[in-house]
Amino acid sequence: MIARHCLAVIFAALTLCAAFAIRPADAERLIVSVSNHRVTVTPNYSGEELVLFGSVEKDASTPAGGADYDLVVTVSGPLADMVTRRKERKFGIWINTDYRQFLKVPTYLALFSNRPFDAIASPEVQRRQQLGLNNVLLTQRVGPDYADVVPNDAFRSAFVRLRSERGLYREATSAVTFLTPTLFRTEIPLPAEVPIGRYDVEIKLFSDGALVAQTVTSFEIVKVGFEQFVATSARQNGFVYGLATAFMALMTGWMASIVFRKD
Amino acid sequence: MQLFLPIADIPVNVFLILAMGAAVGFVSGMFGIGGGFLMTPLLIFVGITPAVAVASVASHIAASSFSGAIFYWRRRAIDPLLAAVLLSGGVIGTALGVWTFTQLRALGQLDLMIALSYVVLLSAVGGLMFWEGLRAIMRARRGIASSMRRPGSHGWIHGLPLKIRFKRSKIYLSVIPVVAVGIIIGFIGAVMGIGGGFILVPIMIYLLRVPTSTVIGTSMVLTLVTMVFATMLHAVTNHLVDAVLALILMVGGVTGAQFGARAGQKIRGEHLRLLLGLLILAVGIRFAIELGIKPDDLFTIRETGDGG
Repeated sequence: MIARHCLAVIFAALTLCAAFAIRPADAERLIVSVSNHRVTVTPNYSGEELVLFGSVEKDASTPAGGADYDLVVTVSGPLADMVTRRKERKFGIWINTDYRQFLKVPTYLALFSNRPFDAIASPEVQRRQQLGLNNVLLTQRVGPDYADVVPNDAFRSAFVRLRSERGLYREATSAVTFLTPTLFRTEIPLPAEVPIGRYDVEIKLFSDGALVAQTVTSFEIVKVGFEQFVATSARQNGFVYGLATAFMALMTGWMASIVFRKD
Repeated sequence: MQLFLPIADIPVNVFLILAMGAAVGFVSGMFGIGGGFLMTPLLIFVGITPAVAVASVASHIAASSFSGAIFYWRRRAIDPLLAAVLLSGGVIGTALGVWTFTQLRALGQLDLMIALSYVVLLSAVGGLMFWEGLRAIMRARRGIASSMRRPGSHGWIHGLPLKIRFKRSKIYLSVIPVVAVGIIIGFIGAVMGIGGGFILVPIMIYLLRVPTSTVIGTSMVLTLVTMVFATMLHAVTNHLVDAVLALILMVGGVTGAQFGARAGQKIRGEHLRLLLGLLILAVGIRFAIELGIKPDDLFTIRETGDGG
């Protein structure tokens, strides 16, 4: 057991050394900012677009000449468990037969880059760095195990397709634009039916197919004012909320019978 | 005009929801039914999740049926005693229904059960009502008096003990079948997430022989109480009642219900039954077709928890 552990440690150290040999640590630094860190959902909210700005900072150890940079931005919304069901024809009617459970997957997921992922890195790096909807880890419960499956799995692709149709999952390989060789921007479109919560934005910088720098930022989507009041009172004071709603129903009904009374 | 709903978490067009509320309200006022079996599918079609739709529709139906109940009360078209006896059964039925609902959900085929019971129940009730209405109209055409309240056609139901005189309805009836009907309606309502008025009205007309004049008003009282109860239950257990959505539906609904109730009084009883039968049958067939044809997308996604 111990021997195996030692081996693993040595292997990890070697891998690290190999990585450092290719590129010195912290040669590039990413400085980013989102146009709005707190998106408020008001009664007339119907979708919004955020802008992510950033620049690549180099220090003295950066090789001169300046390689071409590639950038991948991953925006992931609050996590949730979801079930994908498949219908089959049984006894002449279409019923749900098989299903897969997706555990703690992002309710919103967007991947942006400046050029196709295949051009940015090798398939191996793409998989390891989760570049593209095909490579993002979507954990499924498969019997007693937890695992992700191959990208062309029927349930996985159906899941990604259905989320994409609602604008909640998206992938755009030309969304990041470099304004100068080191200054970049990208838009983050938020659909109308946006999940409420905290969004993590992960920015990864690649050069010659290798990851050279990464940073994270975040923004949150919150309900304010009346929306928030209704949402929290429904959650925290269910009984009072129910009473109020029932009372409102009776009042509305009574008002109508007065307003429309003819006799 | 777009408005963001606080519980449903999606923006909707206020006028569309108002119009939907008014249309369903008209139908419900006319026939004395809650209209839940029409409203819930409509809301789901607009993009609101089934759970929020069912929960919010309950309060909408409460408003519609209260406004309708006041209308019928003024016209002395409600039998308070009959309503009270029905309600006592309705409460038991609702409790049983909620328990069954939980059991079915654990088995994992709740959606199919609901769809199947919609098809069976709506087609059967709608078909019967349509047929009955058609026959009544034919009889009227041929000038034969309606045989509906012919003495001696009472059957076994009228031979049961514990008889009470329901003065307003002018019937002398055992409480046993009335309570039983209340239980059945409460049960079906809780399992299918509907008020059950569209089943109650025909049962009261054909089985209990309650005169048409008090049927609608009395069934509205039952719908009102069960829906207020359902609103409370949904608010306390799942926190899924969207008050904003409910208010828009109510405003549309009660307006529609007033006009519907007036229109209903002008139409002859058998025509009313024929129309309602057609409507229920149409919804039932729609559900049947949905089960029978290949869906556009074989896959569906549902959120099951917030990952915590």
